[in-house]
Amino acid sequence: MSPVPSGIRRPLAAAGPIVLVLAILPWVVEPYQTVLLSYGLVFAIAALGFNLLLGYTGLLSFGHSAYFGVGAYAVAFTVKYLKVGSMELLLLAGILASALVAAIFGLVCVRYTRIFFGILTLALSQVLWSLAFKFFWVTGGTDGLRVPTPTLLGVSMGAGQDKMAFLAHRYYYYVLVVFVAATAVMWVIVHSPFGKALEAIRDNETRAEFVGVQVWHYRWVAFLISGVFTGLAGALWVPLNGLTTPDILHWTFSGEIVFFTVLGGFKTFAGPIVGAVVFNYLKTFAVGYTVYWQMFLGVVLVTLVLALPTGIMGMVARLAQKWSQKWKRTLAP
Amino acid sequence: MDTLLIHILNSLLYAAVLFLIAGGLSLIYGVMHIVNLAHGNLYAFGAFVAAWAVGLLVGGATPTPVLYLVLLAGPVAAAALGAVLEPTLLRPLYKRPEEYQLLITFGLLLILEDLMRLIWGPYPLSVSALFEGMGSLTIGESIYPTYNLAVIVVGALAAAGLWAFIYRTQFGVVLRATSQNMRMAQAMGVNVNRVYVQAFTLGCFMAGLGGAIVVPQQGAVLGMGVDALILAFVVVVIGGLGSLEGALVGALMVGVVRELGITFFPEVELAVLYLMAAVVLLIRPAGLFGRA
Repeated sequence: MSPVPSGIRRPLAAAGPIVLVLAILPWVVEPYQTVLLSYGLVFAIAALGFNLLLGYTGLLSFGHSAYFGVGAYAVAFTVKYLKVGSMELLLLAGILASALVAAIFGLVCVRYTRIFFGILTLALSQVLWSLAFKFFWVTGGTDGLRVPTPTLLGVSMGAGQDKMAFLAHRYYYYVLVVFVAATAVMWVIVHSPFGKALEAIRDNETRAEFVGVQVWHYRWVAFLISGVFTGLAGALWVPLNGLTTPDILHWTFSGEIVFFTVLGGFKTFAGPIVGAVVFNYLKTFAVGYTVYWQMFLGVVLVTLVLALPTGIMGMVARLAQKWSQKWKRTLAP
Repeated sequence: MDTLLIHILNSLLYAAVLFLIAGGLSLIYGVMHIVNLAHGNLYAFGAFVAAWAVGLLVGGATPTPVLYLVLLAGPVAAAALGAVLEPTLLRPLYKRPEEYQLLITFGLLLILEDLMRLIWGPYPLSVSALFEGMGSLTIGESIYPTYNLAVIVVGALAAAGLWAFIYRTQFGVVLRATSQNMRMAQAMGVNVNRVYVQAFTLGCFMAGLGGAIVVPQQGAVLGMGVDALILAFVVVVIGGLGSLEGALVGALMVGVVRELGITFFPEVELAVLYLMAAVVLLIRPAGLFGRA
């Protein structure tokens, strides 16, 4: 008997090499690439959280910018008013604040499904956006709030150290560790009885209720977890960006979260991760290449919906299947 | 007393424009059950085309009454755009889950936003000559722009016209039948595809009209569509998705609350509007006039 249960041996075997590559990357590529990847990994955490609702519970939220923004602003406020510099405490602040907001918003939103759920989440997130936008003496308005570099595990950035080097090495590893931990936790959640109950609700609400699943309660807990993951991503994002502005609370950012989840493929566990990282590269490339980057992203999205609804992971799975069949045919006489 | 009258007029002004946008959004949802996230961009498109067309003709000269008719280029262009978009982008998606419908209209939003930047550049277009050309009225001791009154009249006429169109014509009957039961209407020989194009075009026409009539007053600015969309959402959520009466009442309510907000609580004005939508959804998920 191996100490590792057979159910997770395959995903571990797949994830191990990827994590290894991610770990040696800062020693190989330029700092800029590492920072770029950090953004992608942060967005991946948000997308993982978002997909617990879309992919596993069947609820399309158009207001996840709310939790990302709350996580980010919680960090900025804690730094500004409580003078906290420890990243661990800041993450805790982001998690607590986004959990609180997700718990309250979730209570309201999970009573509905489908389009009403989407519009309700959107309306509530816009409430937060307009507050951040208008109360400029608290939130800095459109100028946002600056956040200095925090201390990681009690160690601060050395005096005179280059910030880019800090972000590309120590902060990158910090993000990577949180990302791996978050992914592992989410993997456990969706493969637990709780996760299976969510899938049952997604596939057939009435039947799930008959089997004894308290639909309302499960949806609320899923909403809460989803919000916390996205809030954690927001908190991690702030030191990377150095600044938090109302843009990340605006509903168009919610649209981007939906976008990268669908880009990767929301029917698979790894889809949102792949989608977030790829989207981040796509957007950075498009923004650097043309002022019409929105049009470029829009065309990608429209093409995706019309031609590749299963996203990158769906396409990969289909190609893999095709090739394996071809192999079998060539091997069998 | 005069200030009260001016507050009422401002509320009506705002409600008139909002009704044109939200009415179209609601009509489209009522008939084909699609929430068009790009609807605000059609409103902005109408504004840009109207400003561009008037700008071509006016060229610094004093405006003549005929020029006001040139503003109609806006709604016509928006309607034409709608008539192209529905069959090409939306039609393949009616049988797919709602997520995809929302996503494709979100993609369309991104494309149209930049398309306007590409065509007309990043700077606002303005045709304030038309606004100034109408002069102003004195109400008691205050003065009020005549053009604002004209916008209110256009909004009222559009609402009345739409009502007559939908409840008093043959086309209206077909439209309502398709909205209530698409399969049954199809079985009775209604060409559903054609009704969908017509409804979508009509909705876009209204949005474009809304854009065209605010142009002399506010100009055409990039990003105006995204802002307008969310307020139109608030209106249709309050009134009920798919209900035109609801859109009218919702627009009036939002108009009044916004005017009160600007006067008394400017910081939380937008937050109050979004909260209003959330509260209505909680108490009556189908809105004040919704059927579901």
